[in-house]
Amino acid sequence: MLEVRGLTVRLGGFSLEDLSLKVRAGEYFVLLGPSGVGKTVLLEAIAGLIQADEGGILWSGRDLTADPPERRRFAMVYQDYALFPHMDAAANIGYGLGARGVPRRAASDRVIKTARRLGIETLLSRKVGQLSGGERQRVALARALVTEPRALLLDEPLSALDEVFRAQLRGELKRIQQESGAAFLHVTHDQEEAMALGDRIGVMLDGGLRQVGTPEELFHRPTDREVVRFLGMRNVLAARYEREGVCSSCGMEIQAAGAEPSTRHVWVRPEEVLLSLKPFDSSARNQLAGRVVEWRQSGSLLEVCLAAGSLELTALITYASFKELGLTAGQEVYATFKISAVHCF
Amino acid sequence: MSRQPARWSGPPPSWFQSGLTLLGSTVLLFVLAPLLAMVLDTSAPELSQALADRELTDSIRLTLGTALAATLVCSLGGVPLAWLLARKRFPGRALLLAVIDLPVIIPHSAAGLAVLTVIGRHSLAGRVLGDSLLGTPAGIAAAMAFVSIPFLVDAAREAFEGVPERLERVARTLGASPARVFFTVSLPMAWRGILSGMVLMWARGISEFGAVVIVAYHPMTTPVLVFQRFNDYGLDRARSAAVLLVLVCVTIFVGLRLLAGRTREGARHA
Repeated sequence: MLEVRGLTVRLGGFSLEDLSLKVRAGEYFVLLGPSGVGKTVLLEAIAGLIQADEGGILWSGRDLTADPPERRRFAMVYQDYALFPHMDAAANIGYGLGARGVPRRAASDRVIKTARRLGIETLLSRKVGQLSGGERQRVALARALVTEPRALLLDEPLSALDEVFRAQLRGELKRIQQESGAAFLHVTHDQEEAMALGDRIGVMLDGGLRQVGTPEELFHRPTDREVVRFLGMRNVLAARYEREGVCSSCGMEIQAAGAEPSTRHVWVRPEEVLLSLKPFDSSARNQLAGRVVEWRQSGSLLEVCLAAGSLELTALITYASFKELGLTAGQEVYATFKISAVHCF
Repeated sequence: MSRQPARWSGPPPSWFQSGLTLLGSTVLLFVLAPLLAMVLDTSAPELSQALADRELTDSIRLTLGTALAATLVCSLGGVPLAWLLARKRFPGRALLLAVIDLPVIIPHSAAGLAVLTVIGRHSLAGRVLGDSLLGTPAGIAAAMAFVSIPFLVDAAREAFEGVPERLERVARTLGASPARVFFTVSLPMAWRGILSGMVLMWARGISEFGAVVIVAYHPMTTPVLVFQRFNDYGLDRARSAAVLLVLVCVTIFVGLRLLAGRTREGARHA
């Protein structure tokens, strides 16, 4: 288990104060927070690249704080992958093995084995410049995994990729983590990424780590208002898989393209929910009847809370629409949203 | 990154651009014309005579050799210094950067005198060696090194600064010691810049006259020999010696440029 105990780092105008955190062996832990709160600094302090002013880093109870990075065995994967441009993919992947004195033959076997696991064995002789973004990411992962680190420290590993690709590699990242059995500590500002990947999520806001928990705990029992505001998340619904493309939540069927047997939650952004007084025909596949419970200001918009049976749903609409619809408490309304607006996790 | 095609890019040249081109050409001419005139004024028989001139060829060998020795020896300390300046922030760093560049701005005769006070008979170095380095190849190399080391250190520092620090950091987390990171990541990525700094330092050493002539009139390096012949025999005898040195240097440096250019191309396609 990786333990960060009372870590304080002061760097010029920036500081991390008294931060504590535990990542279990084999766990996928996601640190979620806006940019500029020191997530990268925390990773680099754990790796030993930045010195702690106070506090320490422990692995299974053993204090590593005085150890240099090369003895901590926490492999770093940066956002831009930081591959060595003067080496080919194989030499990049094998770099850590050479550094740890693994004999050449054994090292080359391990490089090939790891590359095969990540599906990049055909890329081994390529130069770094000849690799696409996704391929670079896999090479960077292979380079870290091949050294069998205690933990992998990933700094925004998906944000350099374009969106279509990101979703695909996200799933793969999870698979790789489960197969390798290593602890992953993954830093991101992307909530969807955090929800999809994290066994547990730590929310980091200005001033440190605010809440740690499973995605479920985080969204159902947020501990403070800033976490809620940062997550900005309404409409995270506990859900059950029913059949291909359909989930249910509180007895209501919800059509969702991404529904899988492993689905535990669905999430609909409040801005994706349309309100109407009568049901209407449209291409949107989800339409629930409910009643207005309450409403409140949210920036220049209004958050309208509905109850559809025991299911609670929030819609974000303009003040003008609110007036035009003439909404009042207890009024019957229909909430409509598209299949593509339903995120499953 | 691909190399730009060798033709005008952007809109067609304006009068402003033509003006700039004209001004630029004047400067180019100012550099090329004297060199070309000197080379063209030297006849083939004069050159072959110069080639057979033992005093001259010995001096060219001495000049190239001492400047090369100065460069290689200084690299041993200059490259680590450049790395420290590029990577570490410490009090006095700015001062150190300025000190390194001092030899470039002080008059070279004064630089020669400064070197002399350190390596002369009554200096500490002189006492340790039991003799003065005056008039020896080692003394010449010292004078050359003093005036040319900034070129090496500055170029190497820039080369190291061009290596993304993240690469070095990642290497550490993969298990590499600082020394291993230096030799497997920093140095291989910066070597081209370092090499070009070494070539610059070598070239600067070869061409040094002021500092060298104070430390050693004999044995004569080629710049000193050119000066001596000009004084004693006039332009014609001095010119063939000068032209021969220029030709030797140009050949070497064009060769090195081509070599470095080719590997750069190779790296670019990588």
